[in-house]
Amino acid sequence: MDIDLIANIIFATIRTGTPLLIVALGELVCEKSGVLNLGQEGMMLMGAVVGFIAAFHSDSITVGFICAMLAGISMSLIFGFITMNLNANQVASGLALTIFGTGLSGFIGLAYVGKALDGVEAIVIPGLGSIPFLGTAFFSHDIIVYLSVFMCIFVYYFFKNTRAGLIVKAVGESPESAQAIGLSVLSVRYMAIMFGGAMAGMAGAYLSLVYTPLWADNMTAGRGWIALALVVFASWRVERVLLGAYLFGAASIVNLILQGYNVSISPNLLATLPYVATILVLVALSSNQAKVKMFAPVSLGKPFHRSN
Amino acid sequence: MLKTRVIKAAIAALASATVLLSAQSFAEATKVAFVYVGPTGDAGWTYAHDKGRQYVEEQFGDKVETTYVESVAEGADSERVIRQLAKSGHDLIFTTSFGYMNPTLKVAKAFPKVAFEHASGYKQSKNVGTYFDRAYEGRYLTGVVAGKMTKSNVLGYVGSFPIPEVIRGINAFTRGAQSVNPDIKVKVVWVSSWYDPGKEREAAETMILQGADVITQHTDSPGPINAAEAKGAYAIGYNSDMAEYGKTAHLTATVHNWGPLYASKVKAVMDGTWKAEDVWGGFADDALILAPFNDAVPQDVRDYVNAQKAAIVDGSLHPFAGPVTAQDGTVKVAEGEVMSDGDMLGFSWYVDGVDGALPK
Amino acid sequence: MKIKLEARGQDSRLISYLSPVLAGVLTLIAGAILFAALGQSPLETLYTFFIMPISDLYGLSELGVKAAPILLCATGLAVCYRANVWNIGAEGQLLMGALFGSWAALSFLEIEGFWVLPVVLLAGSLAGALWAGIPALLKTHFNTNEILSTIMLNYIALNCLLFSVHGPLKDPDGYNFPESALFPDWVTLPILIDGTRIHLGIVFALLSVAVVWVFLSKTFVGFQIQVLGNDARSARFAGFRDKKLIWLCLLISGGLAGLAGVSEVTGPIGQLIPAISPGYGYAAIIVAFLGRLHPVGILFASLLMALLYLGGEMVQIELGLPLALTGLFQGLLLFFLLACDVLIGYRVRVISRVSAGGLEPVLLTNPTQ
Repeated sequence: MDIDLIANIIFATIRTGTPLLIVALGELVCEKSGVLNLGQEGMMLMGAVVGFIAAFHSDSITVGFICAMLAGISMSLIFGFITMNLNANQVASGLALTIFGTGLSGFIGLAYVGKALDGVEAIVIPGLGSIPFLGTAFFSHDIIVYLSVFMCIFVYYFFKNTRAGLIVKAVGESPESAQAIGLSVLSVRYMAIMFGGAMAGMAGAYLSLVYTPLWADNMTAGRGWIALALVVFASWRVERVLLGAYLFGAASIVNLILQGYNVSISPNLLATLPYVATILVLVALSSNQAKVKMFAPVSLGKPFHRSN
Repeated sequence: MLKTRVIKAAIAALASATVLLSAQSFAEATKVAFVYVGPTGDAGWTYAHDKGRQYVEEQFGDKVETTYVESVAEGADSERVIRQLAKSGHDLIFTTSFGYMNPTLKVAKAFPKVAFEHASGYKQSKNVGTYFDRAYEGRYLTGVVAGKMTKSNVLGYVGSFPIPEVIRGINAFTRGAQSVNPDIKVKVVWVSSWYDPGKEREAAETMILQGADVITQHTDSPGPINAAEAKGAYAIGYNSDMAEYGKTAHLTATVHNWGPLYASKVKAVMDGTWKAEDVWGGFADDALILAPFNDAVPQDVRDYVNAQKAAIVDGSLHPFAGPVTAQDGTVKVAEGEVMSDGDMLGFSWYVDGVDGALPK
Repeated sequence: MKIKLEARGQDSRLISYLSPVLAGVLTLIAGAILFAALGQSPLETLYTFFIMPISDLYGLSELGVKAAPILLCATGLAVCYRANVWNIGAEGQLLMGALFGSWAALSFLEIEGFWVLPVVLLAGSLAGALWAGIPALLKTHFNTNEILSTIMLNYIALNCLLFSVHGPLKDPDGYNFPESALFPDWVTLPILIDGTRIHLGIVFALLSVAVVWVFLSKTFVGFQIQVLGNDARSARFAGFRDKKLIWLCLLISGGLAGLAGVSEVTGPIGQLIPAISPGYGYAAIIVAFLGRLHPVGILFASLLMALLYLGGEMVQIELGLPLALTGLFQGLLLFFLLACDVLIGYRVRVISRVSAGGLEPVLLTNPTQ
């Protein structure tokens, strides 16, 4: 295996991990506030189709991404209204959101199947991009890859150093006490849900505008669910989401690469690896009561009843 | 798309379905149904079948009524859908995925007057015919194109599942490429999915990194074409003309042309001459076509491919004419013989020139 | 105008019956508008969607065939959810039931006997129960969140199934196609009504409703489960062994899902194929909630869910409407149902200055307060 090839494999790994990273960041923030939204897949698909349609008509990838994020936010608002205002069960509502999003995206995308877009040019970072090996592997990606890393840093900083981040965590840990000290649990959770929607929309648009610039029904192919696993795998820590996204990305392509070298492992068994790893991490974390309190939002998935 | 197929069924149609069925010869339009495994918007397999359905509508106008049901799961649901179509008075039902084989046979038993056509299967009955196209002829010709255009002598093939249909395509492609360029190697990467644009793209890129400079595929999305376009390699499409997705990369494609076959079946049902048979149409029957060549393909290559195609049509060239040597060196078809249809339907080995072992 | 939710203090019985009706009405209205916008006759479309699929015996029988696996999964889930054990893994448990049931069935290709089918069914149910035992073990021993572990296990189960059907359980005479050999007659569930696909699995599903109902409402263990769900602390004070109850709930739920899986492969499908379940385990989660975690409610909810699938096929066949529309419509109905449930525990106060405030607030106002 020559060095160039390894650089290219790293490149491919990062690119495969990027949509996972984006959607998982959104879900992370959402879960930190105590909300479990299983509608990722539906929101991603809406982002993918709306982003594609917008970019197709405006000839602008930027417009595509903005519209995709708006579509994701709109979807998340439906979820928010039903779970927050109407206190419906989060799991059931999330699943319904996925069914709804899959149907709606297929419906509005009917006329756009078979249309193509020009992909996004890679941005080779001046200087860094020309370093051998590192340049190819890390510094010649498309803009969204860089952006997703910046988003990571932002979310990390947000939770670590800002008051707002602290509030989100407080709401996720104990909505009752958060309310007691005068925080609006509902508004905080709404913001978190909307952030999750925007990220899911963006991840969907990454697929339909950059990764494979086309629209096709159900093109996310289960990535929303992998992202869900990823957040748990990362034990709700931003830096681990970043690492985990690339690990999961690698896991999904490693068998393709190995096949090229005539090494054959059952792709199905290989595909279980990320999930098995996630369960192991989950067990390791939760077997220690003190630790789980530090990472997993205590109120995750539980409805919050306002008492006025 | 909605408007092109206004299928007005009165609510009472269900009740009078049986009447319609027996009165079809002198009354209503012939009702033809299609069962699809994917969405008509998959840009691949189902898309090609739906083109065939549209062709039937164009050909017969108001003498025919077509219905389709898309994304029918291959489990317990398919039998109900097929039965519902038979019950609601359809005269001819095309089931377009391998997984519908047993459900189609079960329903056909209960509806002896309805004609069924199942794509890609191997079981027939009194009123179940099977059909497929000799896509391997197209594979052979696109292999010739790839063999002429490659500089690295490594070709990449994105596979779905190692079933005979796919292996046949790989072998034909390899033999086509070898016929003009004996040094050729074909790499195969299996993505274990018929449809996953992202994974297909990664598989294609992996092979490009490993030296392949012409990519083809037996999967349904244009992902591999995207990869070739981005990486400066060539690509050869499958199912439908995928030129849209790779303006410089897409050389040509093996395109299913179900329209004429469907039209002839519909005609046979209208005339009352329909019989259950196993139809396997090739270039000679217009069952498949080659997509228009990219500008990058030089004139002499085009001429050569067209001559080869003419030879396939007139029967003087067969992609699996002996000697056919398997990967391990055994001669499977002796010189002067031609592989039988039965043997081709059961392909479970690679021909010489394919790199790597066939997954068990 | 302002809408405000007020807790009722006590759940409204009347509303718990009325809310599905209200949701149904809202969906019908939304559907009618949607279909009209697409240039279809709303009444005809709704008729085709909801009435036509079940307008004859065959249609009704298909409703049963479609509802059976969902019902089996959902009754099991109800037991879990009553105890606040959030099992999202019915899908994986169902697939494991199908996988090991098929494995057993294929081992009996050569052996005939009346006892074979029960053994196969048992193998499937046990596999489902054991698969559900994993999250039970993780939860009771390591305090692992079962929502997350069961989601992961769904994917592992799916990939195990795919591995087997592409590998060891593939039909040796099947030209390498990813499907098993057809099961022989003696490993196939008997058909109860000739000319339909009503199979024994539907009886299992109905039995499960009755048994779970009695279990939850009449037995002491059932009572313990409910207490555990309502107030875990008092359950512990009362000396209930909560870990044991968690195990029990998950095993029951997994066993029923496994039975659903093995009933599918030995029933309408007749062989192991990659596409055993079009998401029955996930649909069952929604059904369990729609049915208010009550076995009888779940029976109705599963029939409604099955009808949604059948109706989606029917409008494609009869009216040529695209499948995507069905997904959209299903999503709408589910949203309305989930949303209307709020009225059971809360009453809506509309503080309104505009009297013509639109349809929704008027409908949402509870007239019986």
